[in-house]
Amino acid sequence: MLNLRHKYVFLLPGLLVLLAIILFPLLFTIRVSFSSWDVVMPGLDWFGGRNYTRMWADGRFWEAMQRLVMVAVSSVALQYVLGFSLALLVWRNIRMKRFFRVLFLVPMMTTPVIMTVIWRTIFHESLGPLNNFIEMLGLPAVPWLSTASTAVISLVIVEVWQWTPFMFLLLLAGLLSLPREPFQAAAIDGAGPVRTFFNVTMPLMAPISIGALIIRLIEASKIMETVYVLTAGGPGTATETASYYIYIRGLREFQIGYAAALSVTYLVLMIIALTIIAKILARIMILKD
Amino acid sequence: MFVLYRSLKYFVLLVWSAFVALPFLWALTTSFKTANGVVSGATYIPWLQYEPSLEGWKVLFRGEGKGIDIITPYLNSLTVTLSASFISLLLGTLAAYGLSRFSWRAGPIRNADITFFFISQRIMPPIVLSIPFFLMLRMLGLLDSRAGLVLVYIALLMPIVVWVMVDFFNNIPRELDETAMLDGCGPLETFWRVILPNCKPGLVVAGLFCIVFGWNDFFFAFILTFTETQLLPVAIVSLNSSVTPWWSLSASSLIAVVPLVILAFVIEKYLSSGNLAGAIK
Repeated sequence: MLNLRHKYVFLLPGLLVLLAIILFPLLFTIRVSFSSWDVVMPGLDWFGGRNYTRMWADGRFWEAMQRLVMVAVSSVALQYVLGFSLALLVWRNIRMKRFFRVLFLVPMMTTPVIMTVIWRTIFHESLGPLNNFIEMLGLPAVPWLSTASTAVISLVIVEVWQWTPFMFLLLLAGLLSLPREPFQAAAIDGAGPVRTFFNVTMPLMAPISIGALIIRLIEASKIMETVYVLTAGGPGTATETASYYIYIRGLREFQIGYAAALSVTYLVLMIIALTIIAKILARIMILKD
Repeated sequence: MFVLYRSLKYFVLLVWSAFVALPFLWALTTSFKTANGVVSGATYIPWLQYEPSLEGWKVLFRGEGKGIDIITPYLNSLTVTLSASFISLLLGTLAAYGLSRFSWRAGPIRNADITFFFISQRIMPPIVLSIPFFLMLRMLGLLDSRAGLVLVYIALLMPIVVWVMVDFFNNIPRELDETAMLDGCGPLETFWRVILPNCKPGLVVAGLFCIVFGWNDFFFAFILTFTETQLLPVAIVSLNSSVTPWWSLSASSLIAVVPLVILAFVIEKYLSSGNLAGAIK
């Protein structure tokens, strides 16, 4: 390896800029979480751990946390299965390959909040096309955004629409970079498509699958804009995710101190959870063969 | 059996295509409706089912006061996204090269830890950062300004560049650097003249990701700007009030979303030529 004085010219500008932008917010949030900063008494005082004890008893926060896990895991799992299937379908030569590939990439290029505004009109109970279609099939209209369970489903549908393309992109790029030899060997051995998939494709795709799943889980753990536009957390608190609940406490009700305590907890839990998930995924997908 | 499999394959592809296209087609037809066309229930075909009108589109270009001003937010979004992407690409590429080619140690910290520090910024939920960012920008006098947003977006986008580029540089043989150095190039010259020209696919992918994530951010723009500097997503979502003008909402959404759709073509091109795989792994 080269070892020169010049090396600082490369790394330091980026590193220092990032540290400058990120470090203050992080330290500040930790400090604020021990204060009683709110709309009545803004400012840094010492409040001890009372924000954290309040959080411990705050059922709404833990429910939002559970809901986040449910929505993130189910939508990412769906995105993975759908994205992988679609990537396999347009991997080899088929008619209009490029058309399908471009079309399937389009949703991830679009602004999530803007498309969610459109989805809101699609889910509209009496004026939207979705219920119109369901009624044409002779089925009863579904109150998409106004009952708890259907609102969560609507949220997952929007997430899947928006982010399956990202999964599709990473997995297709992976498929296209696979070496040809293992497939030829499998063909010579007379393996059918199903066996080839499980014995050749899947193991070769394991590293990139893990990468793609983790990236998407990280991004999905931040879900909130979609919630804000689609349901505003409702009906009631049925679609509140962790981020959205912190937003309500922090930037709606200006309980800055309390929101900071929630933020710190949320961040720590996310880092722990994602590290564990990364380890488990690596074990399942690589040790399986 | 084979025919069955093939028809099933195309059936799946077509169903998914319809799902992908649905919101766009719905927005397109809605954008030509009037209030009457909307409240009479879901309709799809102009002239046959509803009387089309250009009002939803016209109102976007009438300027402030008379209609919805979409052009200023558009230019704001463009300036902020492009500046932040450019700076992130510059700093991120340099840092990634530094991390790929030189060894670093400071106490227990090694190269991999520094790379992880960059990438781990993506884990940070925007809501955690938004309150301190708000106070920080107020201190700097940058609230409600383009410069303030650029600053915040650099922190958001640089990790993506480092993530894509470190792997990319690692896949470029070191002999390339060494040959250039033997020919008498300094490290900076080597980087600029020899390495960068070989990195075009990586740079394109990193740049595209920056543009996509920058252009599509809503939350920071929503929290950190008010009236002076409005970005496009904020301007459009603010139309989504109690009495929503579905027609102009649809028209402005299409205007906001279509330019980036072109990027799908660029990415697909790199995908087909096999350049993307190296950049993404």
